[in-house]
Amino acid sequence: MAKSLKAQGHKLAKIEEQIKVLNGGDFESGDLPTFGQKIAEIGHAPLKPSKLEVFQINLGYMCNQTCAHCHVDAGPDRKEIMTRETMQQCVDVIAQHDFPTVDLTGGAPEMNPDFRWFVEQLTAAGAKEIIVRCNLTIILANKKYHDLPEFFKKHKIRVVSSLPYYEASKTDRQRGDGVFGKSIQALQMLNEIGYGKEGTGLILDLVYNPAGAFLPGNQASLEQDFKKSLMANFEIVFNNLLAITNLPISRFLDYLIRSENYQEYMEKLVDAYNPGAVENVMCRNTISIDWEGYMYDCDFNQMLLLKTDEKVGQHISEFDLDKINSRTIKIGQHCYGCTAGAGSSCQGVVA
Amino acid sequence: MSKTYYDPDDLKKFGDIADFEPKLADKFFDYYGEVFKEGALTEREKSLIALAVSHAVQCPYCIDAYTQDTLSKGCSEAQMMEAVHVAAAIKGGAALVHGVQMMNKAKKLSM
Repeated sequence: MAKSLKAQGHKLAKIEEQIKVLNGGDFESGDLPTFGQKIAEIGHAPLKPSKLEVFQINLGYMCNQTCAHCHVDAGPDRKEIMTRETMQQCVDVIAQHDFPTVDLTGGAPEMNPDFRWFVEQLTAAGAKEIIVRCNLTIILANKKYHDLPEFFKKHKIRVVSSLPYYEASKTDRQRGDGVFGKSIQALQMLNEIGYGKEGTGLILDLVYNPAGAFLPGNQASLEQDFKKSLMANFEIVFNNLLAITNLPISRFLDYLIRSENYQEYMEKLVDAYNPGAVENVMCRNTISIDWEGYMYDCDFNQMLLLKTDEKVGQHISEFDLDKINSRTIKIGQHCYGCTAGAGSSCQGVVA
Repeated sequence: MSKTYYDPDDLKKFGDIADFEPKLADKFFDYYGEVFKEGALTEREKSLIALAVSHAVQCPYCIDAYTQDTLSKGCSEAQMMEAVHVAAAIKGGAALVHGVQMMNKAKKLSM
């Protein structure tokens, strides 16, 4: 299996190198306007939160897959995972507040040995909606994960899973050989116990992100294509398709540079800038927590080590909702990825 | 001045044709935008037709643009290649069907 950039000792494993690339080129020369300049035009500089609704927790960078586009640089060789102590700090914060959504991501969050304990604690703490971003193949990766669908069902978890295409070729090129077949099998297991089926209340959403240097098309049209094809070929049903734009971070950034698509991709993102998407950009209603408990404006900022504004605290142990809701959000040129076209977020399009 | 007739960067300047004559350019781009909106055909179907026509008219700018557009609209590589074959079949057929004209003429001229 492919190694993470970190394990390769790759230049881009150094975050400052990524920031240098992102701020260089056409942004440095002034040929392209910076994201800060664009949002200033519509009175959104500095960017401020609306209201915290999504409490997103990254349980660690360990994963059973090494997807070519992963902005987390996750993989089997990554050992950074959240401890039970940090999880408890998150549970305490969630118990004291009324967040509509707790969103668990990774890596493969299920690989954290305390994952199930954590979900049970979150349920007990009164978490309303719990999302698990499940890569599907983890369910088949080891016997100990085979009952994950039952566990998800028991806790009424909303399962959100990546499937970049309804055919094997594009999916496997992005996510690894054999991933499509296993994903189909896992989806069938989830369907079998009611996930994605009408009337069960068990939500199964799929995430579409382009397998290459192009932007996602219309989310509703893609959803129709996916539904038609997955039903016809595999009798699979699901609820919503969330179209997510790939952000130029980590392994996707590496891919863009290696394939000589970087400059054109950034031009595309800037060209497709939609001021209407800024209003609902996800960092305005999200906080992202990393495996050590540090706080970020979103999962992308987490990967670029752009912690929340110092003045409002940077660690979950200092969590203060009023301060978080009044912070200034950190931005960079990668933010264009969330405002292109119909916009993009962990919940799909925003405009 | 560039020493080649085609420069990929020129595609981005398509809108600049309005600099010399804005009124007709505006009408054209308005029309163009309307054509590709979902109607009796889906946007995806229209994009595949555009890809096929791009090959028939052998326009490198169009091939570039509609390869990206069909990918974005979720077309598979097989669908894209089938569209190109549709263009090729019509182009080939258009040449070959004139063979009948040739035969008619040959028969008329021959004993």
